[in-house]
Parts: sequence; C-alpha cells; structure tokens
Amino acid sequence: MQPALNPDNNIDKQISLAVKQAAVERIPLRLRGGDTKAFYGRASEGQPLDLRGHNGVVSYEPLELVVTARAGTLLVDLESDLAEQGQMLGFEPPHFGDGATLGGAIACGFSGPRRPYAGSARDFVLGARIINGHGELLRFGGQVMKNVAGYDISRLTVGAMGTLGVIVEVSMKVLPVPAREATVRFSMPAAQAIGQMNEWAGQPIPISGTCYHDGTLHVRVSGSAKGVDAAIIKLGGELIDEGAAFWHGVKEQRHSFFADNQAQWRISVPQAAPPLPIEGEWLIEWGGGQRWLKTDAPTDVIRKQVEAAGGHATLFRGGDRSEEVFHPLTPGLSNLHRNLKNAFDPQRIFNPGRLYRDL
Amino acid sequence: MARTAEHALVGSDRDALGRALRQWLPDAAVLDQIEQLRPYECDGLSAYRRLPLVVVLPDTVEQVQAVMRYCASQRIPVVARGAGTGLSGGALPLENGVLLSLAKFNRILDVDLLNRTARVQPGVRNLAISEAVSAPGLYYAPDPSSQIACSIGGNVAENAGGLHCLKYGLTVHNILKLEVVTVEGDLVTIGADSLDAPGYDLLALMTGSEGMLGIIVEITVRLLPKPASAKLMMASFDDVEKAGNAVGNIIATGIIPGGLEMMDNLATRATEDFVHAGYDIDAAAILFCELDGTPEEVSDDIERVKNVLEQSGCTDMRIAKDEAERQLFWSGRKAAFPAAGRLSPDYYCIDGTIPRKQIGYVLTRIAEMGQEYGLRIANVFHAGDGNLHPLILYDGNQPGELERTEELGGKILELSVEVGGTITGEHGVGVEKINQMCVQFDKSELSQFHALKAAFDPNNLLNPGKAVPTLSRCAEFGAMHVHKGELKFPDLERF
Repeated sequence: MQPALNPDNNIDKQISLAVKQAAVERIPLRLRGGDTKAFYGRASEGQPLDLRGHNGVVSYEPLELVVTARAGTLLVDLESDLAEQGQMLGFEPPHFGDGATLGGAIACGFSGPRRPYAGSARDFVLGARIINGHGELLRFGGQVMKNVAGYDISRLTVGAMGTLGVIVEVSMKVLPVPAREATVRFSMPAAQAIGQMNEWAGQPIPISGTCYHDGTLHVRVSGSAKGVDAAIIKLGGELIDEGAAFWHGVKEQRHSFFADNQAQWRISVPQAAPPLPIEGEWLIEWGGGQRWLKTDAPTDVIRKQVEAAGGHATLFRGGDRSEEVFHPLTPGLSNLHRNLKNAFDPQRIFNPGRLYRDL
Repeated sequence: MARTAEHALVGSDRDALGRALRQWLPDAAVLDQIEQLRPYECDGLSAYRRLPLVVVLPDTVEQVQAVMRYCASQRIPVVARGAGTGLSGGALPLENGVLLSLAKFNRILDVDLLNRTARVQPGVRNLAISEAVSAPGLYYAPDPSSQIACSIGGNVAENAGGLHCLKYGLTVHNILKLEVVTVEGDLVTIGADSLDAPGYDLLALMTGSEGMLGIIVEITVRLLPKPASAKLMMASFDDVEKAGNAVGNIIATGIIPGGLEMMDNLATRATEDFVHAGYDIDAAAILFCELDGTPEEVSDDIERVKNVLEQSGCTDMRIAKDEAERQLFWSGRKAAFPAAGRLSPDYYCIDGTIPRKQIGYVLTRIAEMGQEYGLRIANVFHAGDGNLHPLILYDGNQPGELERTEELGGKILELSVEVGGTITGEHGVGVEKINQMCVQFDKSELSQFHALKAAFDPNNLLNPGKAVPTLSRCAEFGAMHVHKGELKFPDLERF
C-alpha cells in the first residue's frame, strides 16, 4: 500500500512545468499511467509524459463517502484502501492490468457491470484538478456531492482520453460494499434475455449486473441479506456459487468471449434495443446497453446498423487504429469538439488524434 | 424593497425588435408592451428586477432557431427562461436583450416504458413527468422542493437536486439526451438514447450551465422504478452537532438512505406552525431519514438505523405509521421556504454545500454571524449530501436590511468555501453569487470558464453577465473586501 500524502509523490509542479515547456516548443505529449489501456483510442504519437509518480490518496472520508486521490494512484491500492472501510468505487472500473491507474480509468471513462444500476465513472466524479494546455493547474468541482458553481469541467474530462488536459487529481463519491451479492443464471435466446433484463429493471429489484452470452443470462443482485434472498426468489433461475469470479471475468475481459485476438467492437445502444442484424459473436451487458461484438462485417455496415438502433459503435480493440475508432460525430458536434479542444489545449499537445483525428 | 435597475427606456429599439421578431413568430408570441413585460422582470430571486427589451414565446423548435439566428446576426443577447422559479436570478432579463420563454414547450412527447425513458419538452413541470409514468410504477427521481412548478428545462440548466440526491443523484445523473439550439440557431443532439455517447461528455457540461451555452429545447430523462417500500423516520436531538454525527453514523452502517434531511429549531417551529405535522418543537434539530427499497431490505435497515439513532443520542424518535403520515412528515420539510416566509416579511435563501462533518462548526458560525448582523436565520439542511440552506429572515422595508442580508449571505458562502465546500449546491450562481465565484475560483480557472463559454458562444450573447464573473469584476470585488462593508463605489450596479 502506498503511504498517503507523501510529498515526494506530489509532482504536480513538475508536470505543469513539463506541459508549459511542451506548449512553448509545440511538442506533442503522450499522457501515460500504467499503459494498461494503451490499446484504446486511435494511434497517437508523442513524447511520453509519465504520471505514475504523482500518486497517493490525498484524503479519504468514509463517513462523507468521498475519496480524493492523485491520478497516478494504482486502482488496486485505491480499491484496497476503500475495501478496508467496507466501501468501493461504485462504477467498478475495469483495470485491464495490475498497473492500472486512477487517472487512466477516468480519462478512458470505463465502467464495469454495475454501471446501468449504480452509475458510470463520470457519475461518481465530484471534482478534479487538471493541467490545461497552458500548463496551468486548475481545480474544478469539489469534494461534496452537490456543486453547481461553474461549468462541470471535471466530468467533461471523463472519457476525453486526455485530450483536454492532464488529470492530476480526482475526487469521487464512493459506495458501501453491499452486505450480500448473489448471481443467478437462466437459459434463453438473446431477444428474450434483452426483454427480460429490461422488464426487471423497471421493477424494484436490486439488480447490480447482467450479462448474456451464448444462450445463458447471468444476473447479479446486491443488497441486504434479506433483500437479496427475496430478489433471488422473485427472479428465479439457478443460483451459482462462482458469481464473484464470473463478474470479475466479465469486467476484466477474461471471459472466454474475449480470449482470442480478433478485433472487438463495443456497441452502445438503448438498453431494450432488439438483437442487431450483424453477423458475429455477441456478448451483451448492462441490461442490453453495452454489447461486445466480434465480426467480419465492414465498419460502415456496423456503424449504419448501430446508428439505426439509436446507438454508437467503437472499435474497442484491434483493427485499423489509424482510422477513426470512435463513432463519427455530426458536423455540429464535431465543430463544438474542435472549439472545446482549442479552449483547453490550443497548441494541440495532449494526446493529439487519440480521440478523433482532428482533436 | 425591490431592486430595480432603472434605465432610460429604449422605446424605438423595442418596437423595431418586436417588429423584426414577428417575421418568424405569431404576433401573440412577441411581447413588447411594458405591461406585458412586467411578469418577466424577475425569477424566484425577486430582489433583482429588470425589464427585457422584448419577450418571445415560441412554440416550435424552428421558431427558437429563427429567434437565435436573428439575435446572433444582430448581436442581441438572449436569456432563456423556464418556469421562472430559479433562486439565483439566472433568468433575470437584460434590458438590451430578448427574454426567450420556453413556457409553451409543455408537452411530454414520448414515454418508452421498456427503456424507462421519457422524451419531454423543456417547459414540462418536473412533477408532471413522475405523474405521467406513475401508473406503470416509474418516476423521475430528482425532486427539487419547487417540483410542482419548476420546469425540467430549468432543472437541466441549473442541475437541480432535491431531497433524494445522495442515493438517486442530481439532474445530471438522470438525463440521457438533449436537443439544443446553439447561439447561431443550429440544432444539435447532445447525449444519446444509449447510456453513453461518443466524444466529450457535453451532456454533463450542458447540465448546470445556466443557459450560457445553448437553448435546451428537448430532454430525454431516465425513469426509475418506484421503490416497493419507503419508510420515514424522524428523530429529535438536543444538539445540532449530535444530529450531524448521527448522519455519519448511519452512513457508517453501509446504508444509503433515500432521503436524509435536517432542520434546526427555528425552521422546525416555523414549519410546524405552517403544516401541523406534529414536529418536536423543543428539539435543537430534527433529522428525517427515509429508507427505501424492497420491503425486506427496508425492514432490515430500519432496525439498524433505529439503533444508530439511539446510540447517537436522539431524544425522541417516530416512524411514520402509514403513507399518509409519511407525506405529512415530509410536507413540513418541503414547505420550509414558505413557512419561513410567515416568520418574517422577507427571507433570503442561501445554498452552500459543506462537508457534512463541518455542520456543527458551520451552524455555530452562522448563528454568530446572524447575531453580529442582527438577523435571524433558520436552517434547513440536505444532510445526506451536505447542502445547507440557511434562510435569513429580514424586512425589505427597513432601510439597509436587504443590503445587510446580502452581505451576510455572501459571508456564509465564503464560510462554505473555507471549510472545503462550495457556494452553490443546487440553485446556481446566476447573478446572486457571482462575486463569491471570485472566492471559489482563481484567475486561471475563471479564464478557463470564459474560454469554454467562447467555444459555444464566441460573442457572449447567451445569458451574458451571469454565472461566471469577469476578471475585472473580481478585481473590484477583491477591492471591496479590503474595505469591508464600506463599498467603494456605492452607485455602481452590483448584480
């Protein structure tokens, strides 16, 4: 475990200086933590700016349900600090490796199985300190649940792939670890599973995870002991023992679906959208809201089908990463994105092109 | 006394603008007679009043686009207004600008039960959404106290909260998609019907942006299943700090209550006189704790919370025996503002958020400051999320009392920042707290806000002068601080 508040682990001034220099010399920077998510986003060249030295939990107030940690803090360390107090990150961030840092998790904006039921990474962010393209250290949001002073720049940085600024510190709401969790499974076809997950979600049942693959639907419920018992009876299905391992596998993509090296698409559609007419192997999560796809179908076919279903498609892993990997934006949105990039990073030094080619 | 900004009437401008806007709007949708403009001179913060040049009441998106295109081409500022219930002057008109009312956008366009979403126009009242989806067992979670009147568009613009934020989040956590008309009159879709959207999280950015970045013309909200069971407990304490600690002790058990609210003695007395809910008017503070979930969960939790409250030293405890009593207990808390209005000719509501552990210190300091200023203060507190609403009681007819009240309010907000909190939890900055923004943010942070604003609105036409102070204004405010109380430029307009 890392010592909290060791001044040696606070290098925000050095990071700020490095950014200022890069801005003056117009040297593109590749922001990096543990490089566990280097596969994600477009290919982007730049001088590495290693943020791992900026680490440690700055403050943790279990009774306030708030933790603040530096960006280079390892997720495993942060989560173990929280677990000691019976708490957790409610968005269950995937690590994708032991070296995963908080900053990387927030910059990528990844959330795990609990996302549709408890909220996403950005939902749990309360505040952030960032360094903009001028090398200025800025603080937005705060360490309280409710804060509407100024534009919500801390949440804007979530999922921005580091293109707006260096995230140096994040404050987050945390949740108590549920007293009990249980997993039940069912056999059914995909269309029925999607309908079923959404019907349940419209009822007061404490569901905290759903996953459908190859004819089997897994459902996790969380809450008080009696609450979970009652939910299991209500849901029916077959209770399984290895629930925790199953959800860990889904979250970290160690499930057999993810085992091969085939290019992998992440499809985000309205949760109740029926199965999409694209040939390939599917794994469905988030009550139908997040679907993983391995397919030989061409990019434009995938994007067209997904758009018709009201969603967007990301080439998550593999494939051609010199092309756009995130879903193309409408011209109006694209314009706003360029303006925003310019407002934060006018010299385009942060992860140029990692999110979209022209950002 | 109402604070009226007097300006020479720009009659010819008004007529010309009215004529121009009638090119795209029906005659009746353009108000340009002084008596027609009066109802729009203020929002819920009635101490600030100003007449707009013209009011428009479009009822199609195309009309909104046409108004924005014309105003952008003529560099005329535009202030959007929903139900006008805002408490920070966010919808205060500009004397040289158009006030764009979205009151006619009052239709629920679509409810998707399986996806649990509703597509609504911005003028739809908050409570009307929950009412419309109640039969199939759903509701829209954020419930600001003004929910019977406030509109969802305003809720998005202010990132409105309510009584159940700790567990169910703010507006930003409960919406999926917006249709927004830009300053140039273009229509853009922000967010998506899916749980996330590609690119930057503009949905989070738009939420709480106080009408500074675009005009929201449609909102897709998320709906939640109504909890199967909800039980409300009410505990009395002889000391506010004990009540504050009890909240922490409840959280320590691992339970997140649906609602956690606190009122001090003055607020309790005022609301009891108003609604006769049977509150303990001798308590220094009463704590409301609502537990919701499945019946099994709630019965588990209620026993645990009972123990915690006893161990935390509560002097009395009641559990609402049925739904009617639960509503009665809540009714006082929800009516705290009007109840305060009966104690005093005027009241002024403050909206700071503080780390909860500071509640004892902050309430003591507030009481001291109230004595110093000779003003009574009743406190209601969203204890779960730290959002404190001190209500300063004053009489606007007493010369100087409003000014003293505002100064005291500013001091309370600065105290909130000092203990690690924020100047506004849910009401927004508007015109009201713009000086305190200079306390919470430094020069480079404010400059970043301005750069962000310019990315959406390069000519500063959308609600200019609100939410984010100019650097020169902060410099002046800093100078004012040095001179404590003695304003250097008493004739200067201070929003």
